[in-house]
Amino acid sequence: MAGKTISEKILSAKSQRDAHAGDLVICDVDYAMATDGSAPMAIDYFEQMGGRVLDPQRVVFVMDHYSSGAHQTTLALQQKMREFARQHGIAVHEVGEGISHQLMLETGRTRPGGLLVGADSHSVTGGALNAFATGVGSSDLAATLICGRIWLKVPQTIKVVLDGSLAEGVYAKDVALALAEMLGADGAAYQTLEFHGPGTAAMEIDDRIVLSNFSVEMGAKAGIFPADSRTFDYLAKRTTERSEPVAPDVDAHYGREVVLDVSKLEPRVARPHAVDNVSTVRGALGTPIQMVYIGTCTGGRVSDFHQTLSILEAAGRIAPGVQLVVTPASREVENELQQDGTLEKLRELGATITVPGCGSCCGTAGPIPADGVNVLSTANRNFKARMGNAKAFIYLASPAACAAAAVTGRLTDPRDLMS
Amino acid sequence: MQIHLESRARVLGDDVNTDYIIASTRKKESLDPQVLKQYLFEALDPLFAESVKANDILVAGKNFGCGSAMEIAVTVLLAAGIKAVVAPSFARTFYRNAINNGLIPVECDTSGIKEGNGVSIKLTEASVSVSNTTTGQELIGNPFPAIMLEILQAGGLVPYFRTHQDFIVRSA
Repeated sequence: MAGKTISEKILSAKSQRDAHAGDLVICDVDYAMATDGSAPMAIDYFEQMGGRVLDPQRVVFVMDHYSSGAHQTTLALQQKMREFARQHGIAVHEVGEGISHQLMLETGRTRPGGLLVGADSHSVTGGALNAFATGVGSSDLAATLICGRIWLKVPQTIKVVLDGSLAEGVYAKDVALALAEMLGADGAAYQTLEFHGPGTAAMEIDDRIVLSNFSVEMGAKAGIFPADSRTFDYLAKRTTERSEPVAPDVDAHYGREVVLDVSKLEPRVARPHAVDNVSTVRGALGTPIQMVYIGTCTGGRVSDFHQTLSILEAAGRIAPGVQLVVTPASREVENELQQDGTLEKLRELGATITVPGCGSCCGTAGPIPADGVNVLSTANRNFKARMGNAKAFIYLASPAACAAAAVTGRLTDPRDLMS
Repeated sequence: MQIHLESRARVLGDDVNTDYIIASTRKKESLDPQVLKQYLFEALDPLFAESVKANDILVAGKNFGCGSAMEIAVTVLLAAGIKAVVAPSFARTFYRNAINNGLIPVECDTSGIKEGNGVSIKLTEASVSVSNTTTGQELIGNPFPAIMLEILQAGGLVPYFRTHQDFIVRSA
């Protein structure tokens, strides 16, 4: 029998059997996470199922989808979460602490070889730290609260080999968009994307997070990186728990192999209303942009705002008529940006800075675009109405390309502002 | 187990995401599917919600239910009276949520089914068959994995868990 992929190894270990792609296994879950977008329904399912929480230490609730100043309805949902968490001894991250996926990384809960399920599709983000992390609905999450386990079909794996290193002005987000363009919105359905190659090794954790996060936009069940010194450096600051890094066998069987020379990549943009409706930024130059959004679980980390600021500062302004909204992915990110002066400078340039969380991404906790507005965003989804207005048009790009558009008021190749 | 559904097809395209089924922003108003069903597919077709009839069968293109894993995308369809969705492929989170709530997701080629055609779905332990009663076309659906059949047979994950309090896999 052929060797195993990272997914096959993690799911074998967690199910205590010799599992291969296609097998159906029941796995022990290291952490189960739910947000204010999913926990309230999970609580309802849980109560109907009539159980108890098996191990509250392995459950995390995060309030990231709705702001504190939202509707009474959502405030009541958050209150329901707090009450349930208090009764059952579950850890809660409050409104303003950040996006669940970022917090699962920052708090050291996501570790190599771990199995994490989150009641939110972007739970795949955890793959950046060599964990098998995947999204489920509220009912599955409720079941995991009760039994500590989840059934999974062991996925086939697509090996993604990134060759070369990124050129100036080209970022992980451009790689993610290039993959979406190559594979399509369902090109990795029911499968894992496993990232390899020199381009992968060279990537900072912040960049790996972008690719893992975006893997679900191609339908993937997980988007996993091997563990290396960058992984262990990131973890050293966050946890003393032992981790069990997992590498694939040399003779692992992959369903498909995709090779991408990232040194030849150009900045890219996903156009309305589909993540795989991708072109180069050059191919869509000049499209007017009235709102720029920099944040989310894809593009709201410190390096993203540093890239943003460097482009805005070089130009010295935001174009008249452009609304720039900035949302740090977490309070930790916000604090770092506060301490190094980035937030103050962004504010002086005219940016609106909002509370860490999902913000404007899904139209639930931040500024919403007006009718007819073209938005350029660092997010991962551009579905019609995604940001809360079906009459707005959402484009997706790297933080640098977003900053470039904020400077000019139209879609601009960031390299043109960088020399 | 034997499930037989027969009704008219409501045809949708490829990559219909869960935000198109029900916009996440509507969750600010309510999580009650009986309230939210008035907004069903509003971004795709503002007239859909008033024209949907109980037992209509959704017939979609590839990757149905992609995007957010939000489970109201399933409960709102059920509230609107839809009991089955037929599509060549589903996003995995939607598929799981559907089974867990007793909405039947059938994977099969849907290219020959047009809006308003009659559709019949027959489901047993061993087979999934779909026929277009307007054209007479017979289609074979992909079978359900054993655990999904059991959850579906139990009536969804809530009754399944009320009985088992755990996931049970019977050896094949």
